[in-house]
Amino acid sequence: MSPLVSFRQVATRIGQKDILCNLSFEVEAGETLVLLGRSGSGKTTALKMVNALLLPSAGEVLIEDRPTTRWDPIGLKRRTGYVIQEGGLFPHFTVAANVGLVPRLEGWPSPKIEARVESLLNQVGLPPAQFAQRYPRELSGGQRQRVGIARALAADPPLMLLDEPFGALDPVTRVELQHMLIDLRDKLGKTALLVTHDVREALLLGTRIGVLHNGRLAFFGGRSDFLKAQDEEVRAFHTCLGDTWKDSI
Amino acid sequence: MLARDIVDLTLEHLYLVGVSMGIAASLAIPVGILLTRRMFLQRWVLGFANVMQTVPSLALFGFLIPLPFLGGIGKHTAIVALVLYALLPILRNTLTGILAVDPTVRESAVAMGMTGRQLLWEVELPLATRTILAGVRIATVTTIGTATIAAAIGGGGLGVFIFRGLASVDTTLLLAGAVPAALIAVAADRGLEWVEQKLSPV
Ligand SMILES: Nc1ncnc2c1ncn2[C@@H]1O[C@H](COP(=O)(O)OP(=O)(O)OP(=O)(O)O)[C@@H](O)[C@H]1O
Ligand SMILES: [Mg+2]
Repeated sequence: MSPLVSFRQVATRIGQKDILCNLSFEVEAGETLVLLGRSGSGKTTALKMVNALLLPSAGEVLIEDRPTTRWDPIGLKRRTGYVIQEGGLFPHFTVAANVGLVPRLEGWPSPKIEARVESLLNQVGLPPAQFAQRYPRELSGGQRQRVGIARALAADPPLMLLDEPFGALDPVTRVELQHMLIDLRDKLGKTALLVTHDVREALLLGTRIGVLHNGRLAFFGGRSDFLKAQDEEVRAFHTCLGDTWKDSI
Repeated sequence: MLARDIVDLTLEHLYLVGVSMGIAASLAIPVGILLTRRMFLQRWVLGFANVMQTVPSLALFGFLIPLPFLGGIGKHTAIVALVLYALLPILRNTLTGILAVDPTVRESAVAMGMTGRQLLWEVELPLATRTILAGVRIATVTTIGTATIAAAIGGGGLGVFIFRGLASVDTTLLLAGAVPAALIAVAADRGLEWVEQKLSPV
């Protein structure tokens, strides 16, 4: 089967600055590809190329073998679940309206939307009776992230993009949500492209890992290759891992 | 019959203010929205509205009277002037309100697959409602005061008492004009504040 997403020598230039350079990799159906990189390495920019929020200055991004430039930009966005860094929930929509947004834009009948919202809120651990009618400001950071994930799943998209979905959370909640995501992914069989600066998160969630450094791919491969890799940037990430982690892989 | 005159002129005053505000809002809000989409027009349109605000009201009437269609003696000239005055606060607040929408929320709307129209109606306008209505409120309260000048060119309203009171040095007449105008202004301020709170989603 052909890959769901493929980057082919993609470059992005904003103003005079090259943000991504000669980026090539593929995301296979069913896998969770993690792009790991430090702040400013171009992770968010790379994600935005996938649902055509940004278009390449050179090269192309193919989704199901079709370049993003040849997709209907609105349609492509609606069939790609996107969990935005910092949440990006609509402050004037209730939790239910936030989660049900894309199905509503897609014209689903409202009973079907309601049922979908209810089931999703249950799946992300937010009992609808308690949370459906709240506004984002009435939620904790972790609860907002859960809503963000439910919203991205709402229209049952074949591909999920997750931009640091667990940033700015305490370690305990973070681990809890990471496991929730693993459960959801395994149960729903979703393909995911996840971006993070946390090497443990990359090893926990990624079936494969790409390391971005200054807009270039410094490494691409499986977990064990990642731990053996000698690239300088990858080794910088190794040092963030305690020794116990290395042994456990 | 002073009491009867007060009622009649108050109604006339309300009419002047109501019509002017209706026209001003239905011009300034769409133009304000357009300005957020065409930033280069901003300097010119805001410049025009700014200049309008600085022209003293009696002088503005003087300029309008000789104009065909817009000018002449009577209510419609007064309304044209009041509209010109009311444009700036509404225009400016529409612009500020929409531009103040959190960029991450706007980007999130685009990322979820909203069209430009959906972004405007479902995200930008609801989030800017409070600011836009605050502009309408400021403009309304000011217009209630300014509308007393309409009497100078035969536009009627509570200004009739004020001009008569000034001419005959009659404090009772002055108060008959000024007090209802002030009461209307306070009521409008409170009422619109209430609407602001009711309509604003956040
Ligand atoms: N619209 C823009 N205009 C100019 N430069 C930009 C723009 N967007 C991003 N950049 C630059 O591109 C680089 C990569 O940004 P990006 O947001 O992709 O980083 P990131 O890896 O997601 O970082 P973080 O982990 O902090 O979110 C940064 O140096 C940033 O300053
Ligand atoms: Mg980022």
